[in-house]
Amino acid sequence: MITTFRIRRFNPETSPSRPYFQEYKLDTDRADTVLDALIHIRETLDESLTLRCSCRGAICGSCSMRINGHAALACKTKVQVMASERGVVQVEPMNNMPVIKDLVTDMAGFWNKVRQVQPWLQPAGQEPEGEYLASSESMNHLTGVMGCIMCGACVSDCAALEVDERFVGPAALAKAYRFVADPRDGAGRSRLLALNEPGGMWDCTRCMECIEVCPKSVGAMDRIMSLRSRGIQVDVPSTCGARHAEVFADLIYRKGRLDEPMLAARTFGLRNFSRLLSLLPMVLRAFVRGKVPKSGPFHRAIPGVEKMRRLFQRMEERL
Amino acid sequence: MKFAFFPGCVSKGGCPELYQSVMEVYPQLGLELEEMTTASCTGAGVLQEKDRKLGDVLNARTFALAEQAGLPIMTICSTCQGVMSQANHRLTTDPPYLAAVNEILSEEGLTYRGTTRIRHFVWILLEELGERGIRQRVRRPLTELRAAPFYGCYLQRPSEALGFQEQPDRAKSLELIMSWLGLEVVDFPGKTRCCGFPLLTINGKNSLRMVASHTLDAKHHGADILVTPCPLCHLNLDGMQSSAARQQQADIDLPIWHLPQLLGLAMGMEPKRLGLSRHLVSTQGVLDKLGSAVA
Repeated sequence: MITTFRIRRFNPETSPSRPYFQEYKLDTDRADTVLDALIHIRETLDESLTLRCSCRGAICGSCSMRINGHAALACKTKVQVMASERGVVQVEPMNNMPVIKDLVTDMAGFWNKVRQVQPWLQPAGQEPEGEYLASSESMNHLTGVMGCIMCGACVSDCAALEVDERFVGPAALAKAYRFVADPRDGAGRSRLLALNEPGGMWDCTRCMECIEVCPKSVGAMDRIMSLRSRGIQVDVPSTCGARHAEVFADLIYRKGRLDEPMLAARTFGLRNFSRLLSLLPMVLRAFVRGKVPKSGPFHRAIPGVEKMRRLFQRMEERL
Repeated sequence: MKFAFFPGCVSKGGCPELYQSVMEVYPQLGLELEEMTTASCTGAGVLQEKDRKLGDVLNARTFALAEQAGLPIMTICSTCQGVMSQANHRLTTDPPYLAAVNEILSEEGLTYRGTTRIRHFVWILLEELGERGIRQRVRRPLTELRAAPFYGCYLQRPSEALGFQEQPDRAKSLELIMSWLGLEVVDFPGKTRCCGFPLLTINGKNSLRMVASHTLDAKHHGADILVTPCPLCHLNLDGMQSSAARQQQADIDLPIWHLPQLLGLAMGMEPKRLGLSRHLVSTQGVLDKLGSAVA
């Protein structure tokens, strides 16, 4: 099968040092991975092509790159699956990090953010005479997140990082969850307090890109949602994010469906009155077009809301 | 084809023109809808931040109500579809979990057996009407319009819960349907990215950056309009577009359409009946452009 590899090239030492696409045609086998093909290109067609790889078995996380627009491990991605009808595969370096050369990115920022969440166990209290004990159930729960190979795929495709590089990002937050949820760790509250700050757990936009691209099914966004839930449980200082979730739940409990104006008003509250005020021009324009929904006493509950409320109460009794 | 119709909160709240346009088009598509008036909000992924199991219980309640009526569910909101698909995936792949949820549902005398199918209006157009069913209803092919699809997140990810394996065309449903309506489909990288709506109350600046980024990207690729199957994406991309333009000091002015509006127009309906005058970014320029083609 003749496949065209459209590879994004970049060499800072040449002038002009702008990225460009270069195409290579290669006869590929149905069993070939994208990494096999890239190595073949480097060995037979263009020795200047630069990439990073090591284990070739989806263990080391070195060969993460964007294949047809989404981050993936090149060693785990089959050419045959990715080739378009015209037999083209596009390969680019990871996004949301500086490119050193061709498909090699600078991971320093990635590691700094992982270090920022203090990825080590911080037990509290007196050291036990034997080992620290943890139930099998609690450790089994953590095996998914411990499977992270730090390849950076989730960070590459993170929509929140794309618009704000201060966001700590999905890989670091998943790592933070690994320790927050570890029963042997004693620093849960201080970890959650740190993650409650701007750039922390509330800045995720819940786009699920990190879930989709993770080669190890770590499910970073689900871990971020669990961090938020734990933050609310331990009563970290209220942020717009936490209030939004709390008010949302309360409104559903009361009416069964969403009272949108009330959600905005109560989420921002008096403390963020200026934010609420900033929405006023939009609200007025929507009002003129008959788009402002009924609110408060004018917003009707779903029929039989009392029955639905009993489910909320049953859930609360279980906590 | 009869469905239990789950419109979602926003299509009857901040985005009423979506509900309005669906009400206009569905009888002409051979669909029969029975609105689920007693169903609750899905939680939209926000309630789940506080308590995911509570969200699954409420959604299982909705699925059980549809199951009792013997009907599949039709949604018109990508977020509702995504949240319900994820909940249904968890419930139907984990029998002990389903049993635990049913134990709570028994409070209301309900049981969910795991048989309810949940499909977005877009998927019903794709899988039930198909190319032939849609093309034969088109009275005004919208050939002069260049339109870019904007899926947002919930109709794309996670693909496992959305049934992409069994129905691979779902990944390109908008492009297919838009082409059947005669439109020139504009491809652009932002079509499956996040609109920024979930960040609107948490980090407004970042949310507006996303609005500006995707609308400008689509415009630079030559789109006259952006078409979305999600009312939450619409709220942000249409409602907050002028704020995003101010923040990023850019001229955007890109109308955002709901897919049923496009469908209705192609089927020969009047723009006003489809709620096209209710957008914050005016649709008039596009309608003028279509004027010669539509006349």
